[in-house]
This record gives sequence, C-alpha cells and structure tokens, in this order.
Amino acid sequence: MTSARSIELVCPAGSLPALKTAVDHGADCVYLGFKDATNARNFSGLNFDDKALKEGVRYAHARGRKVLLALNTYPQTDNWQRWTAAVDRAAEFGIDAVILADPGLMAYARKTHPQLRLHLSVQGSATSFDAINFYFEHFGISRAVLPRVLSLAQVEQVIANTPVEIEVFGFGGLCVMVEGRCALSAFATGESPNCNGACSPGKHVRWEQTPKGMETRLNGILIDRFADGERAGYPTLCKGRFDVNGETYYAIEEPTSLNTLELLPELARVGVSAIKIEGRQRSPAYVAQVTKVWRAAIDRLLNDAAPFRVEPAWMAELNKVSEGQSHTLGAYYRPWK
Amino acid sequence: MSHAKLALGPLLYYWPRQSTLAFYADMVEAPVDIVYLGETVCSRRHELRLSDWLDVAAACADAGKEVVLSSQVLVESESDLKTLRRIITNGRFRVEANDMGAVHLLTGGDTPATDWIAGPTLNIFNPSTLAMFADMGATRWVAPPEMSRQQISDLRAGLARGMQVEIFAHGRLPLAFSARCFTARHFNLQKDTCEFRCLEFADGIPLKTREGEPFLTLNGIQTQSAHVHTLLGELPAITADGIDILRISPQGENTGDIIRLFRHALDGITPPAEALKAAIPLLPEAPCNGFWHGRPGVEQFVTA
Repeated sequence: MTSARSIELVCPAGSLPALKTAVDHGADCVYLGFKDATNARNFSGLNFDDKALKEGVRYAHARGRKVLLALNTYPQTDNWQRWTAAVDRAAEFGIDAVILADPGLMAYARKTHPQLRLHLSVQGSATSFDAINFYFEHFGISRAVLPRVLSLAQVEQVIANTPVEIEVFGFGGLCVMVEGRCALSAFATGESPNCNGACSPGKHVRWEQTPKGMETRLNGILIDRFADGERAGYPTLCKGRFDVNGETYYAIEEPTSLNTLELLPELARVGVSAIKIEGRQRSPAYVAQVTKVWRAAIDRLLNDAAPFRVEPAWMAELNKVSEGQSHTLGAYYRPWK
Repeated sequence: MSHAKLALGPLLYYWPRQSTLAFYADMVEAPVDIVYLGETVCSRRHELRLSDWLDVAAACADAGKEVVLSSQVLVESESDLKTLRRIITNGRFRVEANDMGAVHLLTGGDTPATDWIAGPTLNIFNPSTLAMFADMGATRWVAPPEMSRQQISDLRAGLARGMQVEIFAHGRLPLAFSARCFTARHFNLQKDTCEFRCLEFADGIPLKTREGEPFLTLNGIQTQSAHVHTLLGELPAITADGIDILRISPQGENTGDIIRLFRHALDGITPPAEALKAAIPLLPEAPCNGFWHGRPGVEQFVTA
C-alpha cells in the first residue's frame, strides 16, 4: 500500500495567473499546454507562450512544485515537426514531465531527451495494466493517467500489476466517453480532441433566442433548447438533450462534474499516486477554489489520526464551481454506468 | 478493375444467436475477401461465446476467406483481459488489436506475433507511430475513420516500407466508446442488469435532435453516427490512391447487397456513381462521407 503522503495534487493552469494561484493554494504539480493544437485544451486566449512558461516554471520551482506539460494530441504527417519541437521546448524549459499520448512522439522524446520524464496522457486510452505496461516497456513511462471508466476495484487491479505510477481524475468536467476514443466532435464540427485539441469548439457554437426558447447549436446541429428561466449550458455535444424513441432527455450525459472527494481515502488505500483536477479552460478563481478544498482534504487524510470525513463546506464550495452545479462519482459508482 | 479487397468488419451490434449465425452463413457466400470476427463492443454480449466465434471463423476460412479475430476496444475487467489472452493465443487466426493491451500481449512474450493488424482504435495518425508498430509485426493498418483521404495519403507517402492499408468504407461510423451503456440508460436500467436490450435493435437506437434531425445511434456503450458513412461514390479516388482493403461494417439488413455493389463497382461492372444511387435505398439512414473529404463527418460532400 502506498501511503497517502505520496498523493500528489495535480492542478490545471490555463494561464500564468492560474498557475500562480494553483501553486499559492497548495498544488504539488501544475499542468499546462502551449498555445496550439499540441494539447487537448486548444482554446483561444488560453495556454502558455515561451515568456509565460519561463516565468511559470520559475515561480513553481522556486516553491518546490512541479510543472507538467500536456502534449497529448496526435500529430499528423504534415505537422509532426511541431509536436517534436514542442517536446524539445519542454526539455529546454526544464519541464518536470511531459504528458504524451502518441507512441511515435514518446519514442522521439525517449530517444532525444532521455532524461525527460514521460507521463501517459488520458488521451492514450490505456485502461488495463497490459496497455500501461506496453508504454512502460517501450518508452519507460513513469506515470499513466487513467481514463474515467474504471471502478475502484479495477483501478486497484491496475496498480497491483504495473510499476507505473497511476494518476486519476478527482474533480472537474466529466468526459462520459473514453478519452482518446471519441470522435463525436470531429463528426459534428470536423475538429476533435485527438487531432485538434478541441471538443465542441467555440467557433462552431451558436446561441439563438427563438420563440421556443434559447437554442444552442454546434455547426448548425441543435444540441439543446432551454425554456425561460432554465440555465442555458455550453453546447458540449454529449451533454445536450436529444430525442430517443419520442423521449427527450440527456441521452448521453447531464451537464455535471466529476467529484471523487468522498473516495479520497479509498483512492489512497489502493495506491493512487496523484489526483488530477480538470479545468485548464476555467478561471483562476475556479483553480483557487478547487485547489484549496482538495489541499485541505489531502492534508487531513495525511495528518489527522481521526477517520477521514468530508466537510459539508468543501462539497458546497466544489458544487459552486461544478458544471450544472451538480456532481457525480462517474464510473466509480456502478449505477452511473 | 481494381485490386482492392473487400473486408467485412466485426459485427458492432448485438443480434440473437440464430440471426448472427444465419448472417455469417450468408457471408460465406458473399464476395468479401476478408472477414473480421468477434465481439468488439461489450463484454456482456454472449449470444456467441469465443468458442462459437472460432467455429464461425473456421467455416469462413474453409470457404476461402481470410479470417481475422478482432479484440474488444474497451478493456476494463480481469475477465476482459482473460478473453483477450484467449484471442491472442488462439493459435490459428490473425488478430486485429483494438487497444494497446492487445498490442502488448501480441508483441511481448517469447513468441511475439509477426503478422497482426493494427485496428482503427489504436489512434495511429503518423508515419513514425505506424513504422514503430510495423517493426513490432503489424502488417496491416486500419486507418481511424476520422482521417481524411489527404491525411491517409500523406501518412502512406511518409512510410519507408510497404504496408497494407484498410479504410472504413461503409457503415455507421463508430464514433465513441464509454463505460456507460446508453441503451440501458434509455430504458432506465443499470448496465449490470441491462436485460440485453441491444438484442431488440439490429441497427442500434436512433437518436435525433429536438427538431427531429437524425444525429447519432446508441449501440450499448458505443455511440455511432446516424448517417451511414459510405465511400461507394469515392471508389475512383480510393483505387487511384492504391488503398488495399475496404471495410464494410455489417448493418441490420442488406449487407450482402451492399457488398455486391462494392464488388461490382470495383470490378468495373457498375459505375461507382450508379452503385451509390442503388445503395441509398438499402441504407438505414441517409449517407455521409465528410471525413474522407477532411470535413465534418456528418456531411455528405459532393465533389464537383
């Protein structure tokens, strides 16, 4: 059993202010991306140029924290060099680990920068120890981030059968689909998380007040319609209401966030090495709120002799920043499936 | 006259045992060169067990088909891994690896496989990655359905060695996989007690937008397009590019007719445009081909 002492809190940084906020509120690691399609949060106004990255690394390292760089989209033949150049820049800037999905890119990183620590991104869709051990044997990955599909017993089974550290998502926007195995956005808009680093991208979104209510469309496809007084959510295409056999409902997933705070002792017990907070596209205020609560929870687990207890105030704080102001245990809760 | 081969993709739906066996009895007679077999979507589906699939495989092989066993895309439980190991060590048929666990089992150990198929869900998008899998014994690459003609062609041009290339040429697009079962969800059932409702829907359950436009298809833990991706009309470009294999994904009805339309078009008996016209009434929904053209997959893109 790994002691809870070694559980790292990995927080999102979509900008330099978010990075500093995460560090100030107790993140052990921050993860970020460059300003292009090399990462899975390729949104305008987000991410790091060289100057911000240099300052971010300096700020975090001065305080003993780590900086992880997500290069977790799949390069194509015609843009391969941009991804390898991004790996080179990561090494040059003293990034503590790069988070990769593409095996070819991993081979490049291993060969060109043997000292660079490699993490397998959730976009690699590795859900079994056999899959994770493939990346370990070929590229010497140090850590793998698990897709949000396994039960706790299955996470435990993975950890028992691999030397690779395991990171799981603890909080934030929930992909109901296996990460790296979803082309819904590509189907609707031509842009996908795998290849373009974006799901349901803003430039394809249209909000339209109609006599029937507020309609949200993605590349012309009606994702949802909201009555007056209903809170109109962003048209992430798996979180809309659709008609199946004459019944209109959230056929795929409600707008909701993952929140596994109450499972923290169990995650520690099975030997999870790190907990990831989703949300590089969110504000520094979100990062502050979520980091603060998770830091407090992990510290309580580490330091208090008393049995772990979730403070109602923590849940209240987290619900305030949750998508749809609600949360779920996702695949950790069998009936969710 | 094209040298391209036709492959029947793995059955993505869950049909009753007798329907499934009858379907493959027909397929033995159909003009496909390659047949992919096995359950790739949901481990709860058991109308055919692996031993049954191996019987179907033997029948297809006896009829002169090349047979490939396809592995499950989303592997979660220890029992999923056990099934995977049995597929890998079947000792007779080649295997299509659909997740990296399958690749690990195929390529590791004392006797690594030297002739396996890199499936469409491995996310191989560039020549560096594909060359690496070729070094590990993959002899065929099935392109991810979201790749365009241009991207596939660029990748092949960047590959130092020859390798068979297969594309998803016909069928509802397998777009996403989840831990959640959307069919069970539709019936307010839990996945563990799903009552195997997938059995009632030979082509999955249609999902429409709130204004009645066909959009997606619910197929258990898999989400497909509503529209039927078909590249029948694109055959001149496909053969010009030298694509080796065209995959046809089984649909509830008319799969044999679709296969024959492809065969006749490839053999120069029917012009591709006419074959497409003849295919449209045989589809469960309108056609689309956007991915091939580098467009949103939902589009039916007509080249001038």
